[in-house]
Amino acid sequence: MASLGKIAAQGAAATTLKSQNGGEYSVRAIGFLFALWFSLFVAVLFLATLIIVTLIEGTPKFTLNLFTEYSSATPEDAGARAAILGSAFVIATTAVLAIPLGVAAATYLEEFANKRRWWNRIIELNVQNLAAVPSIVYGLLTLGLLATLGVRSKNLVLAGGIALALLILPVIVIATREAIRSVPSEIRDGSLALGASPWQTVWRQILPSSVPGIATGSILALSRALGEAAPLLLLGALVYVTFDPTSLTSGFTTMPIQIFSWTGRPQEGFHQLAAAASILLLVLLVLMNGVAIFIRNRFQKRW
Amino acid sequence: MENNSPDQPASSARVRATPSDVALPDHPNAVLSCDNVDVYYGSFKAVEQVNLDFGVNEITALIGPSGCGKSTLLRSLNRMNDLVEGARVAGRVTFMNEDIYGPGVDAIEVRRRIGMVFQKPNPFPKSIYDNIAYGARVTGMKISSMDDLVEEALTRAALWDEVKDKLKQSAYGLSGGQQQRLCIARTIAIKPDVILMDEPCSSLDPIATMRIEDLMQELRKDYTIVIVTHNMQQAARVADRTAFFTALPDETTGNRTGVLVEYGKTGQIFGSPNDKRTEDYISGRFG
Repeated sequence: MASLGKIAAQGAAATTLKSQNGGEYSVRAIGFLFALWFSLFVAVLFLATLIIVTLIEGTPKFTLNLFTEYSSATPEDAGARAAILGSAFVIATTAVLAIPLGVAAATYLEEFANKRRWWNRIIELNVQNLAAVPSIVYGLLTLGLLATLGVRSKNLVLAGGIALALLILPVIVIATREAIRSVPSEIRDGSLALGASPWQTVWRQILPSSVPGIATGSILALSRALGEAAPLLLLGALVYVTFDPTSLTSGFTTMPIQIFSWTGRPQEGFHQLAAAASILLLVLLVLMNGVAIFIRNRFQKRW
Repeated sequence: MENNSPDQPASSARVRATPSDVALPDHPNAVLSCDNVDVYYGSFKAVEQVNLDFGVNEITALIGPSGCGKSTLLRSLNRMNDLVEGARVAGRVTFMNEDIYGPGVDAIEVRRRIGMVFQKPNPFPKSIYDNIAYGARVTGMKISSMDDLVEEALTRAALWDEVKDKLKQSAYGLSGGQQQRLCIARTIAIKPDVILMDEPCSSLDPIATMRIEDLMQELRKDYTIVIVTHNMQQAARVADRTAFFTALPDETTGNRTGVLVEYGKTGQIFGSPNDKRTEDYISGRFG
């Protein structure tokens, strides 16, 4: 009873629960809220303007011709067929080069590398840094590689694929490491305790469980590669292509390069074509991101 | 003596007179032994100077307060500690008179012969069937029929009747207790000689715990079982022999190192412990 009385006395003595400085509705709090809204508004405004202007300008030219026609001197006859196919070829090459390498590198770093060794720590640090390297540097690197190998014409699907693969490799490595790290160690322990080798554990447990994370990261990385122009321009990607790419050694152009080139033309028709191609690129990117989100939600592991 | 009072858990253990207690040899017929074993994590000594013999077809319980190194010791018995960076074992751990840390010994083979069940049920994100078949597949066991192996393992783990109609369904659909029995079944399926259990019931309710304990009594006919448990009643109920560990702080560094205090038949450990610390612990005065 004595303690109860004490608590009651404290309650009476305590100051009121009313705020001393306006609380949630103080001038400072409201001001801060408006600042946040303003920032959001500016960001959305620019994005919305960009999309709306592009839509208005490009919709008239967003026709079947865009998909079926090659580059041409007149906007009426021009289309992005070569660029669309070129992008597809280059991105496929990029995926084939970057995903296995990135997944393998990440697997080594997460599962096999002894983190106490200085060289593994240096590799880790560098992978983080590589993700922040400007894309044009990877174009230069590829250019240098091809020059060393004595390749004359550097405008090849394979060269574009190498440049973009180098660009997104660190992103895939980081995404894969994240996915591998999210596999609970109990699964690893359980597998090893049943007499599986570390290799079998990686192959049969860790990687299959990481597939959703790897797929999500890879798709996002590829969508970044799809929008890249700089490293490919450096390789001398063509802007006027009137043939389909057919092999790894074909000359090519890609959609961002085609857009870049059309935007530089004086005729208004080409600007509309550039807008139309931009719409297509945007739709593709949204689709790819959508697939990534779908995979992430659909296959999320509930451990 | 306080532990003569009927309220003490120790005395309830003493009343228990298992047939095995009577038939138990004075010295365990060791299949797995620790010989002056120290376990280190880097420079930190987690367990010191353990000498223990685990008798064949016996259940041995390792008990003691948190941080006394019992789980650490358990994980060094099948080289699961190898996976912890900086972990090192000094002394000898022998399995059928062979040093499991000896040169040329394959840790994978060690783990195949000395299986392990973990604290938290850890089924693989696969079907019930594939969980059981996993060990046989990865170790390349020569078996005539995978279906028979799965059925046998699940039957021995007292799980077959509950899951026989949903073998292809995800193991994640099972209850916690069923998952833990699945993990035991998965371990049995690779036909180990010893099963190490690291607090296998700590995340289970009393009914599921009882089923696992019953299962252990069945399994001891064919396997040697070593169980780490926080639950003294559990040790008293299931174990033939009990080893009590405690942690002693280092005088200079203050790091706590686990030591084996007392090892004996469960009835003796709970009924008439020789060491004051054991008595204090089992009568609930510390730990």
